[in-house]
Amino acid sequence: MNGIPLEHGLLLAAVLFVLGLTGVLVRRNILFVLMSIEIMMNAAGLAFVLAGSRWGQPDGQIMFILILTLAAAEASIGLAIVLRLFRRFHSLDIDAASEMRG
Amino acid sequence: MQMAFYVSALVALFATMRVISTRNPIHGLLYLVISLLAVAMIFFAVGAPFAGALEIIVYAGAIMVLFVFAVMMLNLCEKVIQQERAWTALSVWVGPSVLAAALLSQLAYSLVTGELPAAGLHGVGAKQVGIALYGPYLLCVELASLLLLAALVAAYHLGRLDEKE
Amino acid sequence: MIDSNLHLLFLTFVFPLLGFLLLSFSRGLLPERFAALIGVGSMALSALVAAVISYTFLTAPPEGGVFTQVLWTWIQVGDFAPRFALRLDGLSLTMLCVVTGVGFLIHLFASWYMRGEEGYSRFFAYMNLFVASMLFLVLGDNLLFLYFGWEGVGLCSYLLIGFYYQHVANGHAAMKAFIITRIGDVFMAIGLFVLFRELGTLDIQDILQAVPAHADKDALALAAMLLLGGAVGKSAQLPLQTWLADAMAGPTPVSALIHAATMVTAGVYLIARTHTLFIFSPEVLQLVGMIGAVTLLLAGFSALVQTDIKRILAYSTMSQIGYMFLALGAGAWQAAIFHLMTHAFFKALLFLSAGAVIVACHHEQDILKMGGLRKKLPLVYLCFLVGGSALAALPFVTAGFYSKDEILWLAYANGKMAFLYAGLFGALLTSIYTFRLIFLVFHGEEKTDAHAGHGIAHVLPLVVLLLLSTVLGGLIHPPLAGVLPAVVDTGAGAQKHVLEMISGAIAIAGILVAAWLFLPARKPLQGFFNTRFAHGFRCLWKYAWGFDMLYDRVFVKPYMWLVRLNRNDVIDLLIESIPLVMRGGHDVLSATENGRLRWYAVAVTSGAAAVLFVVLWL
Repeated sequence: MNGIPLEHGLLLAAVLFVLGLTGVLVRRNILFVLMSIEIMMNAAGLAFVLAGSRWGQPDGQIMFILILTLAAAEASIGLAIVLRLFRRFHSLDIDAASEMRG
Repeated sequence: MQMAFYVSALVALFATMRVISTRNPIHGLLYLVISLLAVAMIFFAVGAPFAGALEIIVYAGAIMVLFVFAVMMLNLCEKVIQQERAWTALSVWVGPSVLAAALLSQLAYSLVTGELPAAGLHGVGAKQVGIALYGPYLLCVELASLLLLAALVAAYHLGRLDEKE
Repeated sequence: MIDSNLHLLFLTFVFPLLGFLLLSFSRGLLPERFAALIGVGSMALSALVAAVISYTFLTAPPEGGVFTQVLWTWIQVGDFAPRFALRLDGLSLTMLCVVTGVGFLIHLFASWYMRGEEGYSRFFAYMNLFVASMLFLVLGDNLLFLYFGWEGVGLCSYLLIGFYYQHVANGHAAMKAFIITRIGDVFMAIGLFVLFRELGTLDIQDILQAVPAHADKDALALAAMLLLGGAVGKSAQLPLQTWLADAMAGPTPVSALIHAATMVTAGVYLIARTHTLFIFSPEVLQLVGMIGAVTLLLAGFSALVQTDIKRILAYSTMSQIGYMFLALGAGAWQAAIFHLMTHAFFKALLFLSAGAVIVACHHEQDILKMGGLRKKLPLVYLCFLVGGSALAALPFVTAGFYSKDEILWLAYANGKMAFLYAGLFGALLTSIYTFRLIFLVFHGEEKTDAHAGHGIAHVLPLVVLLLLSTVLGGLIHPPLAGVLPAVVDTGAGAQKHVLEMISGAIAIAGILVAAWLFLPARKPLQGFFNTRFAHGFRCLWKYAWGFDMLYDRVFVKPYMWLVRLNRNDVIDLLIESIPLVMRGGHDVLSATENGRLRWYAVAVTSGAAAVLFVVLWL
């Protein structure tokens, strides 16, 4: 079978990553920020898998598994924190929790 | 094979763009699921079926569902969506877009200049991944499980309803 | 065995230095007797060591007539390695004996004079430190060590002039003295720099040997001029002479020791020490003599109209040091040092006697308020007579006659007629003002109630100095042959006797003039003295020819204007700007830490973009 040009794949990963980054910078709702972070992690995983398949070795996919684990852990704790914040501030504004300033 | 890749890529891009620009959280989550599925398709196209399967089952199937449960628990009302309209005015997008574009251009430049060979010439099956996982990467598996344990404990503790609240 | 006696040389300054340390660390808690014991005792030991060393040096001189005692190396920077080394030759031996001998007598007198004063041990601490510094000055074998002593004596002079610090005027007088001598010191320091640049060394003997062969005579003349600047400051000659009269604000023993016998002669010593440098710069040497001659006359006129007993003596000192400078300029090197020695004796005697008079008249210093004291204070009267005669150079019986005559004869022999005439006229003025002082204080009707002082500490120094001021002092010949160039006595004999007779006649004439003007009860020429013309001259001379006013207008006022201009301290503002910038930076940076997550994300992204930019394109 024909291969896919690696640049295109990595370029796609880069674009997805930057889109997620933009989401983190722009959105004020905590949920959307968490979603954007998930996008970024997914893009990183995509890059790893592509690289692994270029060399024809399983290392890329193993790294992807670890990223998956990390995303799961982070999502669960992050959502627990969102629940706490919502109970404390009664809003999902990320700028409400800005007391660590100065 | 290549056609599959490019189509999935387009879908993923579109879905991701909708994720970050939509006002309703649930809509955003659904778009995210689509994006993840598209990426899973790309994994299959490249010859990494195990990764693709995991993407669908774990990422789209478990993590996103977790998100949906959390959003449902928050019990958000229409007021939130109205607020989002104010928060995602066009003027807010300008600065971050410029910054992100700068970063993207640098990444693209470093990717484009350089002769990279093709990917996905050979598939890497589940068996190969399993052997590598339980061979040289055994310690990583254990560490991953530790990480999940820690996350479990933390999420349970943080998510508890204290009596004083 | 005899050689080892000379190794005691360092003890001469160690004893006073120890005295200073003991007295200053006791912080005024010692009773007066102890403080006097330490202060005077250290000087006594130092004088004793000096006597032993002199005896050894004169009876069994070391080879070459020089003994050097190296203590340690002070600094070592490349080729420049000045040592703390003491050099004993004829000149420094003379100075050593004068400083320790006269110093001891003055310390003894001061233990009587200063009793009951607050700060008794502080006084002796400063005096001991002064003697130690003066010994550094005269014994040092390189110019840096000499400069160290130079600065030390300047410091002690400041501390002692301002001894009665409760009166603000004394502090001002001390500052004036310090600042003016400092100006001289700066000149001297620059002179040292020039010398080092030209000759590569500051060791005095090396300098004296390198001077004749050195090509750049102009640079050496510049160095000589700058050293002269330093000497002029320390010795209160024109143009830096204004501080000496005000320095009389200090206690009388201080005036006796520092401002008559030792510190003000440091300039003369410096020029004598570096004589080769001056010989090879004849224009500068001529300038030395001219400065001496002019100051001689200026101070003589001023002394004629002063009414404070100590100010008369101060101007007299200025005038006599002018004589020494004149002698140096005329090439009479050994005569200058001889006059230095005799002057130390009779001027110290005069100052100490003046101190006795002041104490006896209950701290009255105006001579117009004194009178007829010769009955109440016979010893002091005798001292004043002998000292005054020595100062006026009364022929044959006084030490001053021999030294002053030596100078005048050598001025004539070297063909410096202007110096000779100035010296002769100065001698006339000297005897007039000296005997004016004596007649006004000790003759005539009594105006104050006086009580004489008692005690050996009061009597002994006066008697010893009295004996030294007579012909006995004139018999002491300082062992200067080989150290300072001698002038070949041409045509001595008849011409010298003629000169002696002329100068003797001038001295006696001066006494007679003073007797005619000031001795009778109804003083003659009062009508003339009250005219506007005479009054103008009296004012001019009383205020030392207006130099104070001149310096005030030319230097002090513009400087104070600059000070007022800089009231907000421009330099301080510049330094202030550093904390201002810091604070501004702090404000800016702490604004970036506002607790908002998205700001931090922006920061991270910008950082990533910047790093990539650097990596990819730079």
